[in-house]
Order: sequence, then C-alpha cells, then structure tokens
Amino acid sequence: MKTAVELRERRAFNVVELLYKYGTLLTILVLVAVFGTMADGFLNGSNVINILRSISIVTIIAIGLTVSLAVGGFDLSVGSAATLANAVVISMFVWHGQNLFVGIAVAIAICLAIGLLNAFLVTSFNIQDMLMTLATMFVIQGAALTYTKGATISENMVMPSGDFATGLIPDVFSKLGSVPWIIIIMLIVVASVHIFLNYTKHGRYMYMIGGNPEAAKLTGIAVKRYRLAAYLLSALFAGIGGIVLASRVMTAEVNAGAPYLMDAVAAAFIGFSVFGAGKPNAFGTFVGAVLIGILSNGLVMLSVPYYAMDIVKGSVLALALAITYYKRQHA
Amino acid sequence: MEKQLAARLEMKRISIAFPGVQALSGVDFAAEGGRAHALIGANGAGKSTLMKVLAGAYGHYTGTIHIDGQEAPIRTPKDAKRHGVQIVYQEVDTALIPNLTVAENIMLERTVHDMKGRQWINWGELHRSAQAVLERMNVQVPTRKLVQELTLAEKQMVLIARSMTLDCRFLVLDEPTAPLSQAETEQLFKLVRLLKAEGVGVIFISHRLPELYEICEDITIMRDGKLVVRDEIARIPQPKVVEHMLGAKLDGQFPQAERTVGDIGFEAKNITDPGKVDGVNLAVRAGEIIGLAGLVGAGKTELCRALFGASPSATGDIIVRGRKLRVGSPHDAVRGGLALVPEERRREGVFVGESVGDNLTAAVLSRFAAWGSWLSRKKEKAAAAEMIASLGIKTPSERSLVRNLSGGNQQKVAIGKWLLADADVYIFDEPTKGVDVGAKRDIYELVAGLAARGKCVLYASSELPELLGLTDRMYVMYDGTIRKELVTKDTSEEEILLYSTGGMAK
Repeated sequence: MKTAVELRERRAFNVVELLYKYGTLLTILVLVAVFGTMADGFLNGSNVINILRSISIVTIIAIGLTVSLAVGGFDLSVGSAATLANAVVISMFVWHGQNLFVGIAVAIAICLAIGLLNAFLVTSFNIQDMLMTLATMFVIQGAALTYTKGATISENMVMPSGDFATGLIPDVFSKLGSVPWIIIIMLIVVASVHIFLNYTKHGRYMYMIGGNPEAAKLTGIAVKRYRLAAYLLSALFAGIGGIVLASRVMTAEVNAGAPYLMDAVAAAFIGFSVFGAGKPNAFGTFVGAVLIGILSNGLVMLSVPYYAMDIVKGSVLALALAITYYKRQHA
Repeated sequence: MEKQLAARLEMKRISIAFPGVQALSGVDFAAEGGRAHALIGANGAGKSTLMKVLAGAYGHYTGTIHIDGQEAPIRTPKDAKRHGVQIVYQEVDTALIPNLTVAENIMLERTVHDMKGRQWINWGELHRSAQAVLERMNVQVPTRKLVQELTLAEKQMVLIARSMTLDCRFLVLDEPTAPLSQAETEQLFKLVRLLKAEGVGVIFISHRLPELYEICEDITIMRDGKLVVRDEIARIPQPKVVEHMLGAKLDGQFPQAERTVGDIGFEAKNITDPGKVDGVNLAVRAGEIIGLAGLVGAGKTELCRALFGASPSATGDIIVRGRKLRVGSPHDAVRGGLALVPEERRREGVFVGESVGDNLTAAVLSRFAAWGSWLSRKKEKAAAAEMIASLGIKTPSERSLVRNLSGGNQQKVAIGKWLLADADVYIFDEPTKGVDVGAKRDIYELVAGLAARGKCVLYASSELPELLGLTDRMYVMYDGTIRKELVTKDTSEEEILLYSTGGMAK
C-alpha cells in the first residue's frame, strides 16, 4: 500500500516536472493546432515567415535582457536603449548624411555607453538592478526625446530651419529589417548567446554569479567585471534591436522601442522553464518570443480585437510564471 | 507586595529530542527573582535549547516547569509570556521591525494583543508609554527614531524594553554581549543590575567568563545536554568552570602522521578590519596545519574573510611564499594561490542550483577552456568524476544538483573545488559545522592530506577536540585579537578555553 502511495506521488510529481520542462513547447503545439484548424492560412509558409519576422525585434531585445538576468540583474532600460539607437541611426543618415557604417557604429557606441552607465550605477550603489534601471530607462527615454526634439525623424522631414532634410537612408540599410535578413540576424543572435552562455567559461561564470553572488565572489570570480559585461551585452543587443527596428520602419518614431520592453520581459521569463533549464537562457527566450508571436498572430487571424490581446498575453505569462515558481518551491 | 517574595523558577527533568539528537536529557534548572543566573556550556551543550524550552519555542519536551511552586505548562511562546518569562535572542534583528519607530517596536506586543475592540492607534499615548518604559530602564533612545537607524546595543535595549511592557519576572538574555563594545556592555550591565533590584530574575547565557563573574550570583554549567553543576558563582573558580564545561575527551578519529614542515609559506601582518579584527599577525609554514581557536563571535570568520580579500575595509600585509600579495578582492586572493572554504556553506561555499561538476570546476574553469573561453565538457567531466571518486562524494552523477546532496557531501564539494585549484594556502572556516561524523573524518583526512603535500593550512574552528587532534600550532582569538599562540602538543582544552574566554594564565 505504501508503495502505491509512493507511486502515485511520484507520478503526480512527474506530471509537474513534465509540465515544467515541456509546458511551453506543449502550449505552442496546442496553439498551432488550434489556430491551424480554426484560421485559414495560419500554417501557410508566408504566415510562418510573418510570425518569425514579427518576433525578431522582440527576441533580439529579449536576448539582451536574458544576459542581464543571467547575472542576477534586470535591465529595464533595454526598450529605451532601442528607442535611442533607432533615433541615432536614422538621424545619422537623415540629418548628418553619414554612411551605413558610421550610422551603425555611433548607435552601437552610444548603447555601450548606456550599458557602462547601468553597470556602474548598479555595482557601485548596491541598489536593486530593477530599480536602478527603471531610473535609467526614464533618463534614456528622455534623452532620446530631447535628441529628436519630440518629433519623428524621416527622410525629407522639415528641419527647424524650414528646409527639408537632405540626407538619405542607404539602400543596404533597409535590407536589415526585411525578410530574410531580419530573421537571420535574430537566429544568429539567439545562437551566439546560447553558445556563449552554455559553452564558454564566461557564460558559466555569469550563471554562477546569478545563482549565488557571494559564493561566486569567494570562488574568485571577478563579479563586478562580469556584471559589467552582462550590462554591456544587454545594451548592445538592445542597440541591435533598435537598429533593426529603424531599418524596418525607416523612420525614428517617438518612443518606438518602449513597447518591446514588456514583451521582451515576458519572453525571457516564459523562457526560464523551457526544457527545465530553471534559469534565464537564450533558447528559452526565443521559445517564449515564439509563443507570444503565435498568440498575437493567431488571435489576429481569428479576428480577436487588438485591444483584448493583452489579456491573453498576460494570462499566458501568469501561467508560465506559476509553473516556474511552483516548481521552485517544490524542488 | 508580591515583590517581597522573590519569584522562583524551576525546570525539572527537562528532556527533548530532535531527529537524530537527544538535545537535553533530564536537565534540572532553577533561578530566582532578583538574582542573575549564568548559564554556560561549550557549543552544543544545550543551553540555548533549554532556554528555548523555557520560552515556549519547543512544545514537545518532557518534564515540568514550575513558577512560584505552581506548575506552569509552557508549550508556546504565548504561554511563556503569560507566565512572565521573556527572552531576548542573540539575533535581535529577527524580533524587530526595522522600518517602524522605537515606540512602535517597544509597544508591539501590547498593540497586537491589548487592542481588543479598538481600531485606532493613539500615537500620543503610544509614545508616552514607550517613553515611560525607557525612563524606567534609564535608557536614552528617542522613541520616534526608526529601529533600522539604531546600533545593535540600542536594538537590544528596545527588545528588553518590550519585555518590560509585559509581565516580566524572568528575563533570558542569550549571549547579549557578544556583539557589544566595552561601553555598551557596561550600559547593559547597569540595566541588568536595575532589573535585579526590581526583583526580576535574569538568566544570562554567555561565553565570556569574566563578565559572568561580574554580573551573576549563580551559575549552571551544562555539557552534552546534561546539567553538570549548579552553584553560587563565587564558589567556583574560573579554571574549574572550564573543566566542568569540557569532560569527555577526544577519540581517535584524527589522522596521525608525522609532518615534515618547511619554510614559512604564508604570512599575515597587522591585519585589521575596523570593529572586527584588530592587528592580527600570523605565520604558517609549508606542511603545517595551524588552528584558529576562539569562541563564536571572537572574529575567526572575519579574520578568514579579511585574509581572503573578502572584506573591503580590511588592511594589512599578506605574504605568500615570500611574495607580497595585493589582495583587494577574493579574485586577487585566488590568483595569488589562496583558497577559502567559508563557514556558511550554502550561502557562500557552493552553488546549490548548479551541478556537482560545475561546482567542482568553478575555481579553475580556465583549465578546461580552449582559447581562454571555450569549455570542454569532456575534460570537465573527467576532472569532476575523479574528484567525486577521490573525495567519496555521494552523488548519483556529476550532473546532479548540489541542492540534493547532504550537508557533508555539499561540504566535500566546497572543498573539492579548491583541491582542483591546487592553491598554496588553504583557509578552512568551521568546515565540519553541520556535518555528520563519517564525513567529518573524511574532511580531517583531506586537511591532513593537504599538509602532507606541503600546503599551508589555516583551520578555524570552535570545536576544541578538532583543533587538538588536527593542528600543529594554534592562535587563540578573543574579541578580534590574537590572545595567545599555543603549540598543540603542549596545551589542553582547558588552556585554550581559558584564553578563548578572555581569561589569563594564573
């Protein structure tokens, strides 16, 4: 009798374990099945490409966030950094007539400076990462607004002097944000960060710092240096996300990157549980973004009004978090 | 008028067991109002457990408690408080709410239990009542200050003040002086005298002999969960107390080996960490195991951390193999050939969420990385498997999470990490804490093995038999300083304990 009880307990445990490891993938499969049968054309090749394209910017930004989560940080400023990168790269072309490389290099350099600032503030004042980067999020957002004077930057825009802007966005630049390049960039980012976190010394150190900063310090790991690296990477990927975004819309809208923040956070947290990793990981983040992308796309195809979409998105996030934390408590 | 007859507390034949341990066996204890009673014993003697029984923290003991001759069935903290027994634990922060004011913290019990039907807080009255208690205690702390801004000593006063708002006939102070400065201790003693004069019975747990003699009238000495002696303190000289605390001698669980000792391999000069460690000098020869003795709170852990660069405020010189080392962080220390197995294993020593293999290779990851970063899982696995086998770590595989191992095996992982690192100097801080007997012996052998390979070993412990069985020489710490250097084969537990408790040779 005792063994029967044990068996039942073990089976119950296994169900939780299974849900935890494969729940996200299972959800994706179920969603694909449901949308595939209910919405015509959902499984068309063009729609699949469409979904991948739609998630690529979120994914790139979320990957940066994932790196900051890996060291136990939380970079809330990624959305603002993307906004700023977007504004800088477009303005370099339109306002200053710079070429492709200068435009991208300046945007990336500014994002790295943001990463440096974040890392400095977070490591030297012992303030919770989320609070500190919340503050820098506002600062960067404001900086981007100030820089663009609150206006949208686009080719042939009217300058304050009354003339038209003469700079042009290079043709090659517009390629970055279109299929297939946007998807290829996303996949390269996911793959390289996945490899970095799982197969290099530095990735291992980052996870150790995230898991137990005190033990990491006493093991001789240069904790501050790695936290700095994580914030640099986070800002770098936010910058790449902003540049790709710029290429996709070919303008710099006010706060263009801000909406990506919350989707990125959701993707990264849903990704925790993928394959039972139990920690922030690049592949999981990608799966999380895919889940969100399929949801949005399928719901649109089923003619669910856009204003109700966040209800579903939020519910999925709540479910994913519930599974992750339930598992943690009962480990 | 009740005060005229001194309150009397008696605990009779108290026994309590926890899974695997008989913590108390048939202990008798008695204390009287208006007197201070010293309760002393080595680590694990059961004094804190006995006081927790009295405070109602454990309900499953056997035996009886009598107050003023009446049986007082104390099973919960609430029972204890109702019978006038109040306790101030050593970890004061666990009992205080840091973001509330002094007055709110003092009046906490009253606010929670005496409000009855009232819904509104009368702030004026709250502060006046708290002020009245503080005045009665002759303590100056502003009642509107937040508790998080107070010093440790002031926090203690707040807790004692809280006890005073209740019916307080017996006050238990669990190692109250350990974190206090000389002046703060004086103030506490003044308060204890005042309480005694008011007829309160104070039970005083402490490791510091001199202060017990200063403030207490009676003494109870415990050992291994049993009562050893109960008497007036004036009738027992200090060395006798130490003798009673010890008792059973060590058994042959320590590796016996003649050691060949080389040149000085590790030297620390004038190590100071304000408020924790004060001007420590020590030297360890290659192949030597040096003990760091001292009671809990003597500064052993702080010294270990300072030597390892883990305390930013620490200063002093560290010399490894004749080379002066700049140790600004543990990162520097590890590069310089130092290794620290820290006291708080789960918090500082291992990564519980990572696998055994990842833990073992954490300190020397570069060795398994091509081009300085690309990890070779195969090499890592081989090294981890070898270490698991040689240390006898009980784990299903090297991929298992450290979280699922027992305490002893976790500690072996924490040590194994540094064995792979092949450092020159090994610092151990209470490595056998919370480890079962079998694993303890394994750890002793590991430590002896390191010395045999010509490493410098510094071994901090508050377990005297361990120090006597394992070390060649030892430094005895008291209050952040080194009191005495002793050669192990010429010393005894009595002598170590005497210096550890701040005593001096006759």
